[in-house]
Amino acid sequence: MRPRQQRMLAVGLVVVGVAIATGLTLQAMKDSMMFFVSVTEVSEGKYPDNRNFRVGGLVKDGSVHREEGSLEMTFLVTDLRCDLPVSYTGVLPDLFREGQGVVAHGQLDEVGVFIADEILAKHDENYMAPEVADSLAEHVGEQTAALAEGPSECSPQ
Amino acid sequence: MIPEIGHFALILALALAILQGVLPMVGAHRNDAAMMSTARTAAVGQLVFVIVAYACLTWAFLQNDFSVAYVANHSQLALPTMYKVAAVWGGHEGSVLLWILLLVGWTVAVGRYSRSLPDSFVARVIGVLGLLSVGFLLFALLTSNPFDRLANPPADGADLNPLLQDPGMAIHPPMLYIGYVGFSVAFAFAIAAMISGKLDKEWIRWTRPWTTMAWIFLTLGIALGSWWAYYELGWGGWWFWDPVENASFMPWLIGTALIHSLAVAEKRGLFKSWTLMLAISAFSLSLLGTFLVRSGIIVSVHAFATDPARGVFILSFLGVVILSALILFAWRAPSLDSDAGFSANSRETFLLLNNVLLVVATIVVFYGTLAPLLYEVLDIGKISVGAPWFNKVFLLPMLPLVFLVGIGMHTTWRSHKGSLLTGRLLIPAVASVVLGVLIPGVLYGRFGVMVSVGVIAALWVISTSIIEPLRSWRRAEGAARITPAVLGMSVAHMGVGLFILGVTIVSAFNVETDMSMRPGETVEVSGHTFELRDLRQVQGPNFTAVEGVIDIRKEGEFIAEVHPQKRQYLVQKNWMTEAGIEVHWNKDLFIALGEQLGNNTWSVRIQYKPMIRFIWFGALVMALGGLIAVTDRRYRSTATAAEKAAVVAAEPA
Repeated sequence: MRPRQQRMLAVGLVVVGVAIATGLTLQAMKDSMMFFVSVTEVSEGKYPDNRNFRVGGLVKDGSVHREEGSLEMTFLVTDLRCDLPVSYTGVLPDLFREGQGVVAHGQLDEVGVFIADEILAKHDENYMAPEVADSLAEHVGEQTAALAEGPSECSPQ
Repeated sequence: MIPEIGHFALILALALAILQGVLPMVGAHRNDAAMMSTARTAAVGQLVFVIVAYACLTWAFLQNDFSVAYVANHSQLALPTMYKVAAVWGGHEGSVLLWILLLVGWTVAVGRYSRSLPDSFVARVIGVLGLLSVGFLLFALLTSNPFDRLANPPADGADLNPLLQDPGMAIHPPMLYIGYVGFSVAFAFAIAAMISGKLDKEWIRWTRPWTTMAWIFLTLGIALGSWWAYYELGWGGWWFWDPVENASFMPWLIGTALIHSLAVAEKRGLFKSWTLMLAISAFSLSLLGTFLVRSGIIVSVHAFATDPARGVFILSFLGVVILSALILFAWRAPSLDSDAGFSANSRETFLLLNNVLLVVATIVVFYGTLAPLLYEVLDIGKISVGAPWFNKVFLLPMLPLVFLVGIGMHTTWRSHKGSLLTGRLLIPAVASVVLGVLIPGVLYGRFGVMVSVGVIAALWVISTSIIEPLRSWRRAEGAARITPAVLGMSVAHMGVGLFILGVTIVSAFNVETDMSMRPGETVEVSGHTFELRDLRQVQGPNFTAVEGVIDIRKEGEFIAEVHPQKRQYLVQKNWMTEAGIEVHWNKDLFIALGEQLGNNTWSVRIQYKPMIRFIWFGALVMALGGLIAVTDRRYRSTATAAEKAAVVAAEPA
């Protein structure tokens, strides 16, 4: 093969490879990308229907509840403005604690309970997932105002 | 006093790094032998001061000097001595110091084992390494000084993160860093070649063992990290596609491509500018990895306390390095290429395909890692790209690559005579397909398309890589004595096959169950019964733990007793899961305690992981293959050098 053809072959292969990869990547992206939704957005109904997504916030103090001896447990995740009940069956990560940041992966059921199939808590307690930090930061200021105004405008769960 | 000596030593090292970065470069430009000869001396001097600084920090740890902020944050009186030594790189500041130490270590090794190369070339390589060192020393001194003092020292330290108190974790970062830093040699080589405006065969040959050594360490470092995550994070996964894992995986993929393209560049004088580009990319991706970890812009389990100043510094440094390298590349690289041709049916074509596919794989990982950031910047929503996406997309370039490996190994340079798939490849091809279809069903009781594809790929790579060593061993007709280079290649590819086998089987037939158990209870998982005999309190040096005593039986016969623990570390108060793992060559039984569900009942996660050992064993075999290749005679004047170099680099760690 002559150098010129050779180069064309190389360029051609790269272009084809990249094109195929891009196409399939975007396709796969649609199927398996996970959207991160804040608790307030969930209460406003802004979440992907009929598919899994992630929701994050703090585990509300005093909200963790479990039947003795059962693997099933429930807690509230809060972004300091709205709360969302989460139900999970299984083993929790080591750093899951009340008052700590948490990310849950799963779907919302008909009665508005988030059925999680995966719970993530970060390995360093000083560290918080940026999405969680952002969604909290948006509402820290409002919290004091909300206290004065009375109940916030979260839709009833 | 000692910490101040360390701080001062770092400043002196910076001064020497500046000398090392400037004088040899100017000397090489003016052809001034005296100035060029400063290169090696400055590097040795710099190494001495960095060692002093490193020793001072280690000393502060051993002396429990909590007036040093870094020590106060990463150590504690009761921390075992071994972990005090390892804690030096257990946080951000210390790991930067380790990085610098390794970089200067590699530089001195380069200086020592490069006598066969022209002085001006060596001067430029060392000069570039000096400039990199300047960047990292400035980074340490300006944003991450490990010797900063506290005005009010605490009585006791905050302890090392319990996750890091583990032998596997103690050696994982140095391994990884030796690999990262090792690519700086290939980078410096590429820059020096472009400045010199020529690229001799001998120079390329000289670079090969260095690149391979860096790759070996990176392979081992990544494998260790994976192994550690498996038993220490407590949940039995071995790869999470976490951004920081990806950050180490991208240089590995490009480094693998680089090793292959260097072969073509040396043997045939082709792909030269492409090779330079890969050398630049491998190191740039190593830097990018550092940036991702330190800046905290991306969600990751690798939590370093974030500091915007650090992120900005690394990003600027990255910008300067990449931009200047690319400008130089655009200006100089085109003149380096040769016009030799090759046939479509030749080893060159296969290595070209290897490179294209590996680069595509890198782009996939790169995109998946940075997409969340991209979405956020473009304000089109918050997403996270998880394992399901990577598992799917990553296979696209990798599957064809794996099948091509088997053929490519048996092609000849320039033009291959004869057809590719007949002859000696026929038997492995048929055998892999037959066994690949049968094995999943016969051994694991379930047939499946994807699992068969995986097993076929694995057996195909393993069987085709055995052919050459086997022919040589049996003195087959026409077979020459195998060279270490070819043997190394065969062994490394066999490692790839073993790895794929492990990944395929464990992904397809892994069983995971969460149970609620109380003492005396028995559960059955994949043909094994697990009896929780007892729960007891255990006292460690800096933790207390609840320990389960679990008996494992198979068909009534006792196999093993394992002791999973739930630890609470006394200083940081956090909980840690220590899994109980029963290891066999072909399966792991993995038991982890979850949490107390009240009334002496605990949640327990039990997993059956067939063939998972093959994942790390495969990586080990890949690294072994690299090591064998490095010993090839034709690197003798330089290769023994690289081995010693690695030893030099590894020693202080």
